[in-house]
Amino acid sequence: MANDLARWQFATTSIYHFFFVPVTIGLAFLVAILQTAWYRTEDPEYKRMTRFFGTLLLINVAIGVVTGLVQEFEFGMNWSTYSRFVGGVFGAPLAMEGLAAFFLESTFLGLWLFGWDRLPKRVHLACIWAVSIGSMLSAMFILIANSWMQHPVGYRIDKAGTAQLKNIWALFVNPTFIWGYAHVILASLVTGCLVMLAVSAWHLRRRVHMEPFQRTAKVALIVLIPTIVIQLSVGNQLGEIENRYQPMKIAAAEAQWTNCKPCSFSAFQIGGGANDKTPTQIIEIPHLLSVLATGTWSGPVTGLNQLQSQYQAKYGPGNYVPDVFIQYWSMRVMAYLASAILLLAVWGGWLIYKGRLHSSRIFLWLSVWAVLTPFLMNTAGWLLTESGRQPWIVQGLQKTAVANSPSVSASDIWISLIVFVLAYVVLAVADLGLMLRYSRRDLADADAETGAEEPAGAVPALTY
Amino acid sequence: MQLHTIWFIIISVFWIGFFVLEGFDFGVGVLHRVIGRDETEQRVAINTIGPWWDGNEVWLIVAGAAMFAAFPGWYATLFSAGYLALVLVLVALFARGVSFEYRGKRESARWRSGWSWALTIGSALIPLLLGVAFGDLLHGLPINSNHDYTGNFFDLLTGYGLMTGVTLLTLSLLHGATFLALRTTGELRDRARAAGRRLGMLAIVVNLAWVIWTLVEIGGGTVPQPTQIFGLIAVIFATVLAGGNNDGWAFSASAFAIAAAVGQLFIALYPNVMISSTNHAYNLTVNNSAAGHYPLVVMTVVAVLLMPLVLLYQGWSFHVFHQRVTAPPAPTS
Repeated sequence: MANDLARWQFATTSIYHFFFVPVTIGLAFLVAILQTAWYRTEDPEYKRMTRFFGTLLLINVAIGVVTGLVQEFEFGMNWSTYSRFVGGVFGAPLAMEGLAAFFLESTFLGLWLFGWDRLPKRVHLACIWAVSIGSMLSAMFILIANSWMQHPVGYRIDKAGTAQLKNIWALFVNPTFIWGYAHVILASLVTGCLVMLAVSAWHLRRRVHMEPFQRTAKVALIVLIPTIVIQLSVGNQLGEIENRYQPMKIAAAEAQWTNCKPCSFSAFQIGGGANDKTPTQIIEIPHLLSVLATGTWSGPVTGLNQLQSQYQAKYGPGNYVPDVFIQYWSMRVMAYLASAILLLAVWGGWLIYKGRLHSSRIFLWLSVWAVLTPFLMNTAGWLLTESGRQPWIVQGLQKTAVANSPSVSASDIWISLIVFVLAYVVLAVADLGLMLRYSRRDLADADAETGAEEPAGAVPALTY
Repeated sequence: MQLHTIWFIIISVFWIGFFVLEGFDFGVGVLHRVIGRDETEQRVAINTIGPWWDGNEVWLIVAGAAMFAAFPGWYATLFSAGYLALVLVLVALFARGVSFEYRGKRESARWRSGWSWALTIGSALIPLLLGVAFGDLLHGLPINSNHDYTGNFFDLLTGYGLMTGVTLLTLSLLHGATFLALRTTGELRDRARAAGRRLGMLAIVVNLAWVIWTLVEIGGGTVPQPTQIFGLIAVIFATVLAGGNNDGWAFSASAFAIAAAVGQLFIALYPNVMISSTNHAYNLTVNNSAAGHYPLVVMTVVAVLLMPLVLLYQGWSFHVFHQRVTAPPAPTS
């Protein structure tokens, strides 16, 4: 019971946290691009847009930061057995994250926010880039830690039975990390682009501030098009890596119970719950699963049944098959929505080419609503990767079922779960309210809120 | 010196850095509606810490992560033992962390007053609760041979723990007052100085009582350690200086006082990191809770390379915004 509750809590808090993380990473990068454009062209329109989207970034960062604290505390609070076991490996990237990424991100965010008109333009521009780099570094260390749970490398088990780092470099060149990190950064850029595109499209439909929002829509689309194309192939590559190290994950994502060669990919299925080994698969595309999972036309994929017997032989009795329903559908949510976004992006690119971006009402309407898709895709991606590792918390080394804190009772976790959910609802309402309000706000004059008319060295305007 | 001792010192320094820096943020958070009488003054008070509070809070994250990396056993036992208390700490961190950015984003008086309360309560709870946790480390908690906590939430509320919490809260308030005096002008500064003087008096009494209690706790005779004596002197200096014209010196003294308070806890604790009240044989020590040699080497290299850089740019950020904060001439919202 306590174990299940701890899992629910970790899933809830980390999925929630990851609504904000990719927006931060994506928007920080895009705001830095806008500010670079202002620095280079000295066109005040770019400054207005930098400040407009910078405000959205700040509203979002506030929640991203505080919900991240929960994640750091939660390992020790709910998963003390796990923490004791992995601390000698897993703790290092977390500490590096703090030292290398969080200090950078938060210090320079303060400098950027309060430094308008106080810092030289070039230095101020460097501040937002430092924020962007910091946010990406932070994701890097988290992915290093997470990838070690998916595919443990560079460690030894000491006499006390705990995992200890043996080769730090191995963690950085872990293929699961390299491809997983690329996947997360690209997903964050896609998220940032779709947020910027949606806000711009909303204003373009209103037919006010046409000129500046057309520019930001273009910036978003120009970044989005290559990003989503690369993302689809990186996702595919990550699938192959996972098929090598965590074959259960991929077999479950295809509800592939029996061995196959070549393997077809089903577009949809009916049924396929925990005990349903013969779901009705609809629209089977021959060879596609072989291509996705192995990179070859007719490569074999080992079925769940055989993997289960292999794992039992290796690790002893137990159920080693992850939740097939979650795997199957999270894979499809991700793949189908990404394909839809690719089509939207290409359409947008064509409209830019034709000079009709501002006038295609249907495209703009779709772009506004497309803002929901990255959040679904990101959540599906983490469900696929985390649920697909079960029953392991560290693949092959420790099971989730034994990893929670012995001293924390189910009632403790009930209390904390309720408290977190209530707090997160309040935060979500405040955040969404502010995000919508500040997304729909009319643009301020270029200098109105910067206090630029004041002579240099005058009292700093109140920012908070 | 062995690596795990070095890491014990590094972690102590992270916690000291956290309380020296975020201590005044807590103080300002609690005092902003006392010192600031109207909306503009309250905003001035909040903006005195505006550019820095987030960077200061990272010291907490780094201290926690360093405990995880260098002393997994310590991190695991402490965080699971303090479970419900840490839930409160987290909620307090949400409340005040978000309040900075959100408070000024709407005109509504109710909205602003709501976030002001979130800032006040959150800022008071965090040093109080973390102080309880620190006090408990030294006082001891029921911990079994597997290093698992066997008590419940109320067993965390030991007398010494509560006293430590009150001490850190009082010192944070004093530190916040001297910081506000350093960063504001006119009536605000006068009020901050007066508050510093009064809070200083309180801090002297509380700190003295706590130091005596600490001596009883560690039971090593009645001879106060240098850190304790210098800490007390610093509180007295801060109090005396707070009323006068030496805002910079008063602030330095309160910074030293809070550093000494956190420092003496860790000094008293070593070589234990967490004491078992069940049986001293079950104490967590720097030896039995540390990570392996190699991860500690890696972490040492990383810390040696990065900390100077961090101190450099954080210091630069303090330099950039060193001017006192005043309200804009024509108040804008």
